[in-house]
Amino acid sequence: MSLTGTTSGGRRAWLSSRSGVLRGGRLLVSLAVTLLGLLLITFLIGRVMPIDPVLAVVGERATNEVYEATRKAMGLDDPLIVQFWNYVSEVVTGNFGTSLLTSRPVLQDIARVFPATLELATVATILGVSIGIPAGVIAAVHQGRWPDHTVRLLGLFGYSMPVFWLGLVGLSVFYGKLDWVAGPGRLDVFFEDVVPQVTGVILIDSLLAGDTEVFANALSHIILPASVLGYYSLAYVSRMTRSFMLEQLAQEYVTTARVKGLSEARVIWRHALGNVMVPLITVIALSYANLLEGSVLTEIVFAWPGIGFYITNALLAADMSAVLGGTVMVGIVFIGLNLLSDVLYRFVDPRAR
Amino acid sequence: MTKFTSAFAAGMLAAVAMTSTAALAATPKDTLVVAAAIDDIVSLDPAEAFEFSGGDLLQNTYDRLVEFDPANLSAGYKPGLAASWTVSEDGKTYTLTMRDGVKFQSGNPFTAEDAEFSLRRAVLLEKTPSFILTQFGFAKDNINETIKATDAKTLVFTTDKKYAQSFVLNCLSATIGSIVDKKVAMEHEKDGDMGWEWLKTNTAGTGAYALKSWKANESYVLEANADFWRAKPAMKRVFVRHVSESASQRLQLEKGDVDVARNLTPDDIAAIAGNGDLRVDEDLRGRIVYMSLNQKKAPLNDPKVVEAFKWAVDYKGMSETILRGQYTPHQAFLPLTYLGELKEKPYTLDIAKAKALLAEAGHASDVAVKINVRNEPTYMSIAQAIQGTLTQAGIKAELTPMTGKQSLGEYRAREHDVYLGAWGPDYPDPHTNADTFAHNPNNTDEAKLTGKLAWRNAWDIPEMTKATSAAVEEADSSKRAEMYRAIQRDHQKTSPFVIMFQKIEQTGLRKNVEGFVTGSAISSVHYWTVTK
Repeated sequence: MSLTGTTSGGRRAWLSSRSGVLRGGRLLVSLAVTLLGLLLITFLIGRVMPIDPVLAVVGERATNEVYEATRKAMGLDDPLIVQFWNYVSEVVTGNFGTSLLTSRPVLQDIARVFPATLELATVATILGVSIGIPAGVIAAVHQGRWPDHTVRLLGLFGYSMPVFWLGLVGLSVFYGKLDWVAGPGRLDVFFEDVVPQVTGVILIDSLLAGDTEVFANALSHIILPASVLGYYSLAYVSRMTRSFMLEQLAQEYVTTARVKGLSEARVIWRHALGNVMVPLITVIALSYANLLEGSVLTEIVFAWPGIGFYITNALLAADMSAVLGGTVMVGIVFIGLNLLSDVLYRFVDPRAR
Repeated sequence: MTKFTSAFAAGMLAAVAMTSTAALAATPKDTLVVAAAIDDIVSLDPAEAFEFSGGDLLQNTYDRLVEFDPANLSAGYKPGLAASWTVSEDGKTYTLTMRDGVKFQSGNPFTAEDAEFSLRRAVLLEKTPSFILTQFGFAKDNINETIKATDAKTLVFTTDKKYAQSFVLNCLSATIGSIVDKKVAMEHEKDGDMGWEWLKTNTAGTGAYALKSWKANESYVLEANADFWRAKPAMKRVFVRHVSESASQRLQLEKGDVDVARNLTPDDIAAIAGNGDLRVDEDLRGRIVYMSLNQKKAPLNDPKVVEAFKWAVDYKGMSETILRGQYTPHQAFLPLTYLGELKEKPYTLDIAKAKALLAEAGHASDVAVKINVRNEPTYMSIAQAIQGTLTQAGIKAELTPMTGKQSLGEYRAREHDVYLGAWGPDYPDPHTNADTFAHNPNNTDEAKLTGKLAWRNAWDIPEMTKATSAAVEEADSSKRAEMYRAIQRDHQKTSPFVIMFQKIEQTGLRKNVEGFVTGSAISSVHYWTVTK
């Protein structure tokens, strides 16, 4: 009996590990195909764009000899398919090439600009979600009354204000007039390179180094841009929370819970909100992913050296290695967040376990 | 819920309170903080760098054999790392004596061998600015004979023919003439690149500052060189941070977080004008804004149509409204302050005259052109204003906004109708602009003289080409200047170029910042002259 039991248990474990491997394998294949597709499309867009990548390197003044020599050195004389193949075979070995604009390896650039965006997007999302969800719930519970109107108006405002304008107004009020926060940039210049770079996320690096002064300075720099970006995520999250909640509050189980004599708070915050968490995770993941692509305008106003500015600059200068590297990074982020929300579904939804 | 909100609000307040004390009121006395758009830097190798911000950085980290006095830029070139020089009788061989006791930032002593190495590598690497040196006949196959250190103190170079001495020496004062520490560069050599890969992101010069860090699109930091031979820089550290948005620059300047803001729009300049803590400095720079008509396209090659364009532009109106203080009307191809500058402005807005010229040419209402213009606010506003006045004169103009790199491709292929853009001089000698605006030795497509604006606009000018070649050989400076004035007068009348403006750089500074030299038309920024 025990022997059989062990056998069947081992068999189950073997089966499940096999399905795990299969699932992992499928995931890797789909990951590779997605990234390859992404690369191909970006590569082709880069080639049909009416910008000459050679001119981007040699500049306006170059003589024809310098131009031709550079063109050859860049391998642009080869057929498109050969160029793409050459590029992909380099990428597979981890070489994303050198950026024309920064003269540095693209990977090194991304390791510098992506943490800046990650830091900003994360703080923004935390702000947006921690205010957006409660606001959405309150609006739904008080549907049609003033709290609802206030939240909806706030959301509408968040959607319709140009981020550029909001950023500038925020800067001139909170930095210029009130002196509550620090100005553009990630740190005051004097704090730059004070703590060693470990993750590239200054808030974390400064804590790792135990330097609270740098941490405080970084926080003071990030709070405003993160609030501006967080406002957008707040507007989106609160609106979605409100509509999900309205749907749940009309369900019979809510009535049942109330009839059972559960407190109103328990009915709303535990039962109803618990049931909207699954679709909400998708909403939050989407808004987080959008922020992780980098918000070019916010980055410009706040002189925030993130990935959005990096890719845009590269695109305008036909710096294709940098554009492709940045695109792959954004692709990986999207795929990663998708996987993460899958995992979270299992966590919050017992049926998915 | 209420608990949650109040806890959250308390947290936010605490964060704000904690951070607000961290803001500094003013920058330290020995430190200069500059906000500027520096995303144009692509390489720090003096043999390659050719952008404005790169030029600024290299101006301060390297020295050249011949330099300018920042306190008196109009006085012309002066001895730099070369303490003196003589020129042979035939005007072709230059013998330069190196300055004594100069050290590189690495501590290595500066010798003629470094000068030989630097000039040779600039030719051998064949990067874009190399033409500034190769125009004197220096080439890969003759460089060992034409540029030579005969001993530790002496550098001798020989040009292929006789040129005006001022032309040769002016070219040596350009960024490409920067003297690199040979020992350091060669320590970092890779595959025979003479240290190029390494020098793209590092510096090795004798300049006032050593580069501490450069983060592309973000910032660079300079640290004073205690051994600098020209002076002891008062600013021990210089931080230059990339801030592209003018309003953000202005806020930082007003708050005292930066000492200098370099890219303020006319609106922001106007806004700080009344602030007693701040000052606005103006400096005439070398950039020329022009519009050019492709001579391959009829009827743009009809001299009367060309002239009509010149009368259909509101030079004064634009400079007073949209360009407020950032550009001054200017109608000759040499920037003011250059040798041979021409102040005459023969053209004004005269719609009736433009109409009459078009009618005489038999094109009273059938001229329709596409204007290629860079998609940037300043150029776009200029283009829109011109579109308006051209329409009044009976010329249909369609604007094609393009990115800088995009419009260049079509321009260099001679496919445009009308191009509206800017040209900045490459080195502080009149030949730099004369060579591009008024020199076209071969107008065929096959010649591909893509570096020359006269060729790009298919303007065939055998006579003017001769005059320009003659001017570059004239030894007498005042005669030379007169020759350029004559060429420019002719150019104003006959060329398909409608030259409109010269750039004025407006810099916002804290009142206590003195000696911030932006370099006028011939040089770039000097940080070592700054005091606070």
